Amino acid sequence: MGQKLGKHSFRFTKPPVIVSSANIVGPMEGEGPLAAHCDWILDDILFGESTWERAESKILRECAKLAMRKINWRPPEIDFFLAGDLLDQIISANFAARGIGAPFLGLFGACSTFAEAIMLGCMLIDGGFGTRVVVATGSHHNTAERQFRFPIEQGVQRPPFAQWTVTGSGALAMADQGEGPVVTMGTAGKVVDMGISDPNNMGAAMAPAAADTLISHFQDTGTAPADYDLILTGDLGRVGSEALKDLMKMRGYLLEGNYFDCGMLIYDQSRQDVHAGGSGCGCSAVVFAGSIMNQLREGRYRKVLLAPTGALLSPVSTQQGETIPGIAHAVVVEGG
Amino acid sequence: MNEKTGSGEQQLEISEYQSLINRIMPRHTYLKNAILAFLVGGCICLIGQFILQIYTAQGLEQQQAQAATSATMVFLGAFLTGIGVYDRIGKHGGAGSIVPITGFANSIVAPAMEARREGFIFGIGARMFTIAGPVLVYGFLISVLIGIIYFLLR
Repeated sequence: MGQKLGKHSFRFTKPPVIVSSANIVGPMEGEGPLAAHCDWILDDILFGESTWERAESKILRECAKLAMRKINWRPPEIDFFLAGDLLDQIISANFAARGIGAPFLGLFGACSTFAEAIMLGCMLIDGGFGTRVVVATGSHHNTAERQFRFPIEQGVQRPPFAQWTVTGSGALAMADQGEGPVVTMGTAGKVVDMGISDPNNMGAAMAPAAADTLISHFQDTGTAPADYDLILTGDLGRVGSEALKDLMKMRGYLLEGNYFDCGMLIYDQSRQDVHAGGSGCGCSAVVFAGSIMNQLREGRYRKVLLAPTGALLSPVSTQQGETIPGIAHAVVVEGG
Repeated sequence: MNEKTGSGEQQLEISEYQSLINRIMPRHTYLKNAILAFLVGGCICLIGQFILQIYTAQGLEQQQAQAATSATMVFLGAFLTGIGVYDRIGKHGGAGSIVPITGFANSIVAPAMEARREGFIFGIGARMFTIAGPVLVYGFLISVLIGIIYFLLR
């Protein structure tokens, strides 16, 4: 049984172990600085499918299967599969689960879904409801553009603060015992809306939620930013991460050399035309399941605070003039 | 508890946050954008003029030549969209490539290309005008209004 800390956080009694991880990325992410940490780089953005939506679902499904294959788990043998994505009715995750054949819980927390899935997966394991849980999230640049912005071939100019949705997926296999980094604590965030309504400026919309969750985490657990080797947000991008640093500073928390944003790591912004950085459900999943997991296993990082953020908007809410609510969830992963 | 912001202990007013964001936001490069739009739009019009001259030289009357030129420019815009070039022109050209008739063709062909996978009726048929639709609706509306004004003032 876990232990509740303060209002938002909890500590796992027997920290669940991340026994395997995998990621799959699209061609553009494969040209980025983290290519060496990617298991599978696609050269075709359609992944051999007839539509982008099918490709996104296949990326997610194959990624989850790959994480299981690495440790010889067969998909029907797992206790829970937790997954989510950005598309309407989370079709990518639902259709991926069709090919997994395990008890499935579909999740939506926009781009924060990866941490939401890890947190809930660990609760299931620590609560004794299962011993083998697989979590996965993914996104696809073309499906996201289509749903939230303009057709791909439309000749529009993207503003300099726009972000580029990552094509890719990350998956983790977690168990009650085994070798690997462990998840020790979690913080469930609340929805925060500071009145940003421009759907091109999601970093700014999500930064207050990230600040709220991080501050709750530090207060609830009695830790400070310096206690972590790495504090990682998901896809705040250049504008959002600057805003987060400012917001944290106002509240007396300094995010300095140990703070990074997955959206800023996945592309080389001087070389790749992605404006303010990467975004999407796949962004934090690809970076964490690849580069960060490798460095936790190697012992380069001992304690990582992963806090991806989600912009909880829909194309309809945007057209009706609603502002963009944000959310962030945090998990603490320690080298095993 | 503030119901709109979700923040219990409101540390920061929405207006304060807005000004913090305005300070961080990268600036639009208005001058560069305007110059590029001028050049790209100008080039498209120059090509149109060139095609018009050819048609007139071939013996078409002025009005017929204009219609043929529009049709040719629409074809070029649609063709360049189809082979994946027009979005790259638009990225640099901005309004310069949106305003001419080639941009209109682009805004119809681009959604149609994507909607193909949802079928001919509810895909292409229904979605083709998602972007161009408002231009048509308000274009027609204004033309009717101007027609009425013209009729009254005549």
